Amino acid sequence: MTVAVEKPEKTRTAEPAAPVKETRKVSRSMVVGAILVVWLVLFAVLRGKQTLALAAADLTDLHRWFNDVNDSIGANRNSNPLFLYFFNEIRLVIDTLVTFVQELISQPSADRPVPQIGWLGVVGIAGYVSWAVGNWRVALLAVAGFTFLGLQGLWQESMDTLALTLSAVFVALLFAIPLGVWAGLSDRFNRIVTPFLDFMQTMPTFVYLAPLTLFFLIGPASATIATLIYAAPPAIRITAHAIRSVPETTVEAADSLGATRRQSLMKVLLPMSKRTVVMGVNQTIMAALAMVTIAALIDAPGLGKTVVQALQSLDVGTAFNAGLAIVVMAIVLDRVTTAASGREEAARGSKNRFLTWRRPLLGAGAAATAVLIHLSHTYVWAAEFPGEGGIGSAISSGADTVTTWAQDNLSGITNAFRDALTNGLLNPFQTLLTDSPWWLVGAALIALGAVLGGRRAGLTTAVCVGLLVGTGVWSDSMTTLASTVVATVLVMLLGIVFGVWMGRSALVDRVLRPSLDAAQVMPPFVYLVPFLALFGATRFTAIVAAVVYAAPVAMKIIADGVRNVPATTVEAATSAGCNTWQIITKVQLPMARGALTLATNQGLIYVLSMVVVGGLVGAGALGYDVVAGFSQGQLYGKGLAAGLAIVLLGVMFDRITQAAARRTSA
Amino acid sequence: MARHWRAGAAGIAVLGLTLTACGGAKVGDSSSDAGGSGSSGKCGTFNLAVNPWVGYEANAAVIAYVAENDLGCKVTKKDLKEEIAWQGFGTGEVDAVVENWGHDDLKKKYITDQKTAVDAGPTGNEGLIGWYVPPWLAKEHPDILDWNNLNKYAAEFKTSESGGKGQLLDGDPSFVTNDEALVKNLKLDYKVVYAGSETALIQAFRKAEKDKEWVIGYFYEPQWFMSEVPLKKVKLPEYKEGCDADAEKVNCDYPVYKLDKIVSKKFAESGSPAYDLVKNFTWTNDDQNIVAKYIAVDKMTPEAAAKKWVEANRDKVEAWIK
Repeated sequence: MTVAVEKPEKTRTAEPAAPVKETRKVSRSMVVGAILVVWLVLFAVLRGKQTLALAAADLTDLHRWFNDVNDSIGANRNSNPLFLYFFNEIRLVIDTLVTFVQELISQPSADRPVPQIGWLGVVGIAGYVSWAVGNWRVALLAVAGFTFLGLQGLWQESMDTLALTLSAVFVALLFAIPLGVWAGLSDRFNRIVTPFLDFMQTMPTFVYLAPLTLFFLIGPASATIATLIYAAPPAIRITAHAIRSVPETTVEAADSLGATRRQSLMKVLLPMSKRTVVMGVNQTIMAALAMVTIAALIDAPGLGKTVVQALQSLDVGTAFNAGLAIVVMAIVLDRVTTAASGREEAARGSKNRFLTWRRPLLGAGAAATAVLIHLSHTYVWAAEFPGEGGIGSAISSGADTVTTWAQDNLSGITNAFRDALTNGLLNPFQTLLTDSPWWLVGAALIALGAVLGGRRAGLTTAVCVGLLVGTGVWSDSMTTLASTVVATVLVMLLGIVFGVWMGRSALVDRVLRPSLDAAQVMPPFVYLVPFLALFGATRFTAIVAAVVYAAPVAMKIIADGVRNVPATTVEAATSAGCNTWQIITKVQLPMARGALTLATNQGLIYVLSMVVVGGLVGAGALGYDVVAGFSQGQLYGKGLAAGLAIVLLGVMFDRITQAAARRTSA
Repeated sequence: MARHWRAGAAGIAVLGLTLTACGGAKVGDSSSDAGGSGSSGKCGTFNLAVNPWVGYEANAAVIAYVAENDLGCKVTKKDLKEEIAWQGFGTGEVDAVVENWGHDDLKKKYITDQKTAVDAGPTGNEGLIGWYVPPWLAKEHPDILDWNNLNKYAAEFKTSESGGKGQLLDGDPSFVTNDEALVKNLKLDYKVVYAGSETALIQAFRKAEKDKEWVIGYFYEPQWFMSEVPLKKVKLPEYKEGCDADAEKVNCDYPVYKLDKIVSKKFAESGSPAYDLVKNFTWTNDDQNIVAKYIAVDKMTPEAAAKKWVEANRDKVEAWIK
């Protein structure tokens, strides 16, 4: 989704170049084939030698050094001026901000048993703001959504989550938008900042959660910062992209009229990129909500805690109810921000009378909201959500029933599928990667990177391979790599089938989209408990988890690509007598090639971000290393190294697929 | 445009209705919130870490309940993983950890080296760690409970993950395991497979018992799941002092862990009655299992579970706060 905005230009450029490189493409796939054959032959000869395997409890010097650094920071924390005057100040500011928002909507403040604004006020504000920045349809959705949170019996938890999310998003945007503008204006800064953003998005949170509490103590500040590290990059990237996509001619026109740099930024670039920047805000909110359960591990209040606690006793129903609340909140926030970004044009298109009435209506709405806030501040019935959350318990027991049914009736079928995939595809591939000597795999990866992505991609791959060896978790990295590739193949299969279906039918799109959103924000463990019962603690379960999370992104991007194929082209093909199958395979998919590569890129990155969750359900390898490092002091360094390895795998894949995408489209 | 008019009119109508309808209690009217602050003694705020497993939750719930109701403390529970909770001793954000499983590394770091934490004695619970099988298996093949016979059954434990050997399912990552070394040193034809979480282990055992599947894995007690499926422990070579000193050469069972309580140094020296409560707190595995069962199986809130147990065991509580 993050890069979905980049897609139009890619598909546009994809078209004219297609016929030119037919001949090259053949030779390239032959080279790839040759590399694989050489690899297989050498594997047969050298199997099991120099595999750099490391047992689960073993450490390398690097890992021990990481441990020592971590320990010495902890030991010197109270005497170090950096802590006293820098981190402590940041913590104070953020703590104050979060506490302020919490006392406003979620936590009892000073002498009141309830927050300043009760449920009626919050629902009123949500409706009013959604209407003011979006339209009446999303306002209705916001009111219904927020009321539903109360009916689930999770009002306070939801407001805690909302308070933390809003604070994190606010702080994130405070930095992200200026940085994004800078990255949009300066190529050099963009080049410098990109690796940092990659790092922030792919480094597993578990790795820096414990050190964060060392720097910012246990409390809202740590939770906010953990959230914003993950959530800020999309806003930076998309803002930069938005600034870059403003047509050059417009900027030149402003320049020739004598606009200063500042003027052309404030009057031309920013207003013209506003719509896309709001999409960045949207992505930041979604990413922040994805962190809710992880932040609960360092005492962040809210829905995440409910999920984590319910899962301690495998109470899927309660966890699902809380997960659903996160989904509802995400869908409301997503639709409202999307409507806000689309609003500009809608307003411009409509007649002037609308604008004349808008102002008084906004005033009236504000007055009504103020009354609701006052009511909810004063009266108990408007402050505390009435009722016992009966709908919540109905949802819980419903989810329990479904889970039990699935576990009892489906496991026979699912096990056969699991074993077929594991023995037929995963095991041979994994053996090839883990039992080949490290230099052979490394050389093969570099060669593939160079052939598919060009010399620069080959160079990046070489650096990544070198650093991967340096992390000391090479063998685990290869195990993870095998599962990642298999998961990505499945993601792409599903992505193409459903993406094409959605792209060809607006109805299917509208029906499927909410479930795709749900799959992306529902905390994974909620659906993993039944998966564990179906497939056991296996690598396959981890692959399924990754597919559930990553497939929606691929589907959305591919659907978008298929939809952007010009209608006239499809009509021409139809009138030439093509049947549906031919139209899909000969027209729509080839013309959406840019979207397909983009979907592969994003699919891979999303799959990699589930490696840690995979480690919790039987994938072992890097994911397990990270989790164990988070839980056991002496393994901290190894967990950090494993986290770095995940980042390296991500960067390697990203650069190769992006370079390949540029090649296919240029 | 007309639509917006209508929306506005509807808004005003709703407003009018609510204004006329608002009688009702005002915030701050009720005196129900006076209970907590009524008996405020010299206790003040008591920051209690809650580690993420149900047994711990049981200890914390009972201690918090007694501290609040008998000592008038303001208890702040903080949901934290072990490492982070210990880290909190130094930063003053955590006062007590009330169920600690060994963790010699943390003890060395925070008690011996940094001197920010002190030991507050055993909880009375004994922690067992080892290899467990589901009850149906123990019943049909009683000899499986001796490690000497494990190789005989290795083929039965094969899975898609174990590469032709028997699968030994390991893996709550929170806890030290010697299992890879054990398998090697006892010459067992097994491969350690990391399930990765307690949830994954429990699901595996639950399904194994229901569908009569072959599963052997790492587990521990006291644990609420034992009251649902009473797993049977496999006998490993007996633990002797020092037999686990070299991680590579471990060839014996895990020791019995005397679970204990750790408090921050500051808290221990504060003279707070909550510290005396934590120090005096001890109970049996059965006590903890009951409260854990209230929470995990009967789905009571920790507070309600603690209340129920405290009311039934007033004599034990009196001994902690005498």
